[in-house]
Amino acid sequence: MAGGALVALLASVAVSYVSDHRAGEKSLTVPAPTAAVIARGAYLARLGDCAACHSLPARPAFSGGLRMRTPIGAIYTTNITPDPSHGIGRFTLADFDRALRFGVAKGHTLYPAMPYTSYYNTTPEDVAALYAYFKYAVPAASVPNRPSDIMFPLSMRWPLTFWRWLFAPKPSPFAPMPGMTPEVAKGAYFAEGLGHCGECHTPRGIFLEVRAATVADGPAYLSGAVIENYFAASLRSDGPGTLGEWSADDVTQFLLTGGNTRGIAFGSMSDVITHSTQFMTSEDAVAMAKYLKTLGFPNAAAQAPFVYDATEHSALKNGDASKPGAMLYLDNCAACHRPDGMGYERVFPRLSGNPIVQAPNPLSVVSIVLEGSRTPRTGAAPAQFTMPGFAWRLSDQDVADLVNFVRTSWGNQASVTTVDAVTRTRSSVR
Amino acid sequence: MAERKKPVDAVIIGYGWTGAIMAKALTDAGLSVVALERGPALDTSPDFEYPRIADELKYGVRGDLWQPLAKETVTVRHTVNDTAVPYRKYGSFILGNGVGGAGVHWNGMVWRVSPEDLRFRSHIEQRYGKAFIPKDMTIQDYPVTFAELEPHFDHFEKVCGVSGIAGNLRGHIRAGGNPFEGARGDEYPTPPLPEIYFGQLFDKATAELGYKSFPLPAANSSVAYTNPYGVRLGPCNMCGFCERFGCFLYSKASPQTTILPILADRKNLEVRTGAYVTKILRDKTRTMATGVRYIDENGSEVEQPADLVVLSAFQLHNVRLLLLSGIGTPYDPGSGKGVVGKNYAYQMSSGTAVYFNEDVEINPFIGAGAAGKRAIDEFNSDHYDHAELGFIGGSLILAGATGGRPIDQMMLPPDTPAWGTGWKAAVRKHYGHSAPIGTLGSVMSYRDRYLSLDPTYTDGHGLPLLRITFDWHDNETRMAAYTAAKIEEIVRAMKPEKQATALIRPGDHYDVRFYQSTHTTGGAIMGSNPGNSVVNRYSQSWDLPNLFVYGASAFPQNFGGAPTGLLAGLAYFSAAKIRDFYLKSPGPLVQA
Repeated sequence: MAGGALVALLASVAVSYVSDHRAGEKSLTVPAPTAAVIARGAYLARLGDCAACHSLPARPAFSGGLRMRTPIGAIYTTNITPDPSHGIGRFTLADFDRALRFGVAKGHTLYPAMPYTSYYNTTPEDVAALYAYFKYAVPAASVPNRPSDIMFPLSMRWPLTFWRWLFAPKPSPFAPMPGMTPEVAKGAYFAEGLGHCGECHTPRGIFLEVRAATVADGPAYLSGAVIENYFAASLRSDGPGTLGEWSADDVTQFLLTGGNTRGIAFGSMSDVITHSTQFMTSEDAVAMAKYLKTLGFPNAAAQAPFVYDATEHSALKNGDASKPGAMLYLDNCAACHRPDGMGYERVFPRLSGNPIVQAPNPLSVVSIVLEGSRTPRTGAAPAQFTMPGFAWRLSDQDVADLVNFVRTSWGNQASVTTVDAVTRTRSSVR
Repeated sequence: MAERKKPVDAVIIGYGWTGAIMAKALTDAGLSVVALERGPALDTSPDFEYPRIADELKYGVRGDLWQPLAKETVTVRHTVNDTAVPYRKYGSFILGNGVGGAGVHWNGMVWRVSPEDLRFRSHIEQRYGKAFIPKDMTIQDYPVTFAELEPHFDHFEKVCGVSGIAGNLRGHIRAGGNPFEGARGDEYPTPPLPEIYFGQLFDKATAELGYKSFPLPAANSSVAYTNPYGVRLGPCNMCGFCERFGCFLYSKASPQTTILPILADRKNLEVRTGAYVTKILRDKTRTMATGVRYIDENGSEVEQPADLVVLSAFQLHNVRLLLLSGIGTPYDPGSGKGVVGKNYAYQMSSGTAVYFNEDVEINPFIGAGAAGKRAIDEFNSDHYDHAELGFIGGSLILAGATGGRPIDQMMLPPDTPAWGTGWKAAVRKHYGHSAPIGTLGSVMSYRDRYLSLDPTYTDGHGLPLLRITFDWHDNETRMAAYTAAKIEEIVRAMKPEKQATALIRPGDHYDVRFYQSTHTTGGAIMGSNPGNSVVNRYSQSWDLPNLFVYGASAFPQNFGGAPTGLLAGLAYFSAAKIRDFYLKSPGPLVQA
């Protein structure tokens, strides 16, 4: 038996080895690294937000080292500067393409923390442009890569090969769905691909695989998912708690500036906007917004529009704070978000009709109440606004009451949050 | 041996309002700039976060955001014959500390001087004759006009999102604004906040008397507002915690909420906090500044060479650093010669407390540093005939408290017991039903009122403290009595239950134990030639053409109002000249 298992294991390793060494396109042509090609590559690197994981403050750009927690131990992002010994200086275009789209580098499968599962749709021209940028425009940094903290035997890479076979989409250049306008197709290419929206906003299965890679994979795509201590909102237009109330222009403004008349980014989305989407051309941002607005109910008119309900505001104005959580809201929140829940545009987000507040999962609201939040600093919006955390002064019961108050006031409709859920969140944000 | 840093194009001493204005201007021009700030880094988050910042004992009384006086203070005496003693406990005025300077804890009142305030000696002499000005009064004209500064006042108001109503728009007098103000080029960037209730009572009473009340211009933005630098401010909710506090709501203009956000990523700017500058260095010929020496937060001496030195600390600290550096001739009150330290002036504040009966709900906790308050300008500057009055100058009269803080802003009638049952009963009776009318009055400059280095007391590093020689002159007490009578008349028209006037009377001495105003001025004044001033009209030192000095230290005398609007206007005026002329061809911008 043990012998059979060993044979199976060795066979698996061998298959993995062969697969990892055979992955990738063989016939790629390297374009001349013209200024235009390098500029395109730099733009795409921003759009793909490579720096989010591969650049750390106070270290050379793209020299890696970001610690990423996984259930089996921490891994560290790698040096992707053109340094020949530690970086990707010796990568051919095919090697680069293999890492970017196939998730295979230096003969083994990458941890899917590298979103090759999204980048797979990148066109050959764009892969070449990215390659030219990293090869010729990024300064080489001789920063060694840090090995992962994962212990043997879990540190063996071969199971990743099988994970890749089972769950990673087959690499193929983007092809628009029938009926997409060229503009929506461009938005789809970026959102599904380099923009890798789905890595956070699409729910994952038990093998941590993204349950839908593109719009073609059904309604799970971008329908919202738990990421760290937040619930990354649904980017679909499916009614309360989704982007249904947002127009394409709202989405565009959000991508380019970090806020709009309806809300302001928080959590890891602040970083995405700061490092990536604010640099999109407005044409590309509009395209992405228009694409996102195609997700969801086929017939937008079928959605019940959000209706503001003045009951809570009138009660508070008349000195009636009897609704559970109302007094907590007045004492802690109303100074900025106002008793009417309308906040102040692009300063303190409105809570009424806010998709984050009404999300099916209250995690983001609970986390923000406990930990506070910081708006992104962008070129268009250099002022950064910070909400302080209230964990130090509110009990779990208080937070639950408060969250329930904001999720069911001013027309908001959302499920009840339990004290247990707050307790769990509090212990995980610590 | 001091550590010597890499030379930079410009070094800025003090990172408050004018330091931030100049940091932006000089980095815009591509210069490499180091800004030195003696205090800590401060920002809305985490330093002014809600609700922790609304702690009157910590910030309003104990002054957590202020300069620790145990390390450095000033000494004060009344006359040249007295021995000065240190100002050991905060009272009369408050010194800022840290990034943002006094711009963190100010009230946000952005006041423009009246055009005649800028040529006050000439104006008074023309209207009343030369003999009208007492011999020992050393007032002088600014070497710059209102019209020249107007675009820069306007710009600063837009940077701050100042709320108000223009009273004189390009020469047209407009209802609801201050009809005495100089002609404005543009409206205020944001509309006034709602009036506090006491403001409405003041409007009614002043209207009956024929005065024109207007909303006090407030750097407490009334709406969410984006300034010309793209920086967005939040709207003021009138929480009553402006003065002595940082603003948690991003609505009170401070360097943090208006300018610093766009400087944060500038590669050509480095801000060093905990840097206590002890000397401005000069070359061997003593004709050029070469940089500064400072003590860093570890206590080590550091030299920062620079081609341009910007002295933008608080007014008192500017003067002290010039004296410590031996730049310019120290003022001598005996001979009247010398200019550094000359013409120290202050603010004459008086006021009347108004006590209504319990039916009048004042709700004093609804307040802001300036927003919601009302003012009249009839008795300010030379807006009224002084010929028969025996004094010059005047007061801005303003109605309403900045908030209803329980310790400092508990207004009780003078006959109230200081503690016990009687005190408690008075608190219950008066807290919600009383309000003040106050003044910001002008103080002229005098031959015997000045700043110098103290011969006795030193700071924590052994350097002499700055000494203030100041007491009231009859011109100011007469002015205060005159405006106090006007206020009492307004109060009587409100028909309150009780009223009580606090007033500095002839013979009263300057008393540092009570807060009066942080509007200390002069000592490095601006003038037409090196004989009458420390800096020229572009805030440039007459002695060292690569040294520029900003702040209320430039004011030759003080006016009825608040200094920030004028000192910011002077800084922007200078910054434009530096950009357009000085950087192309460094040297004196005004020939001595």
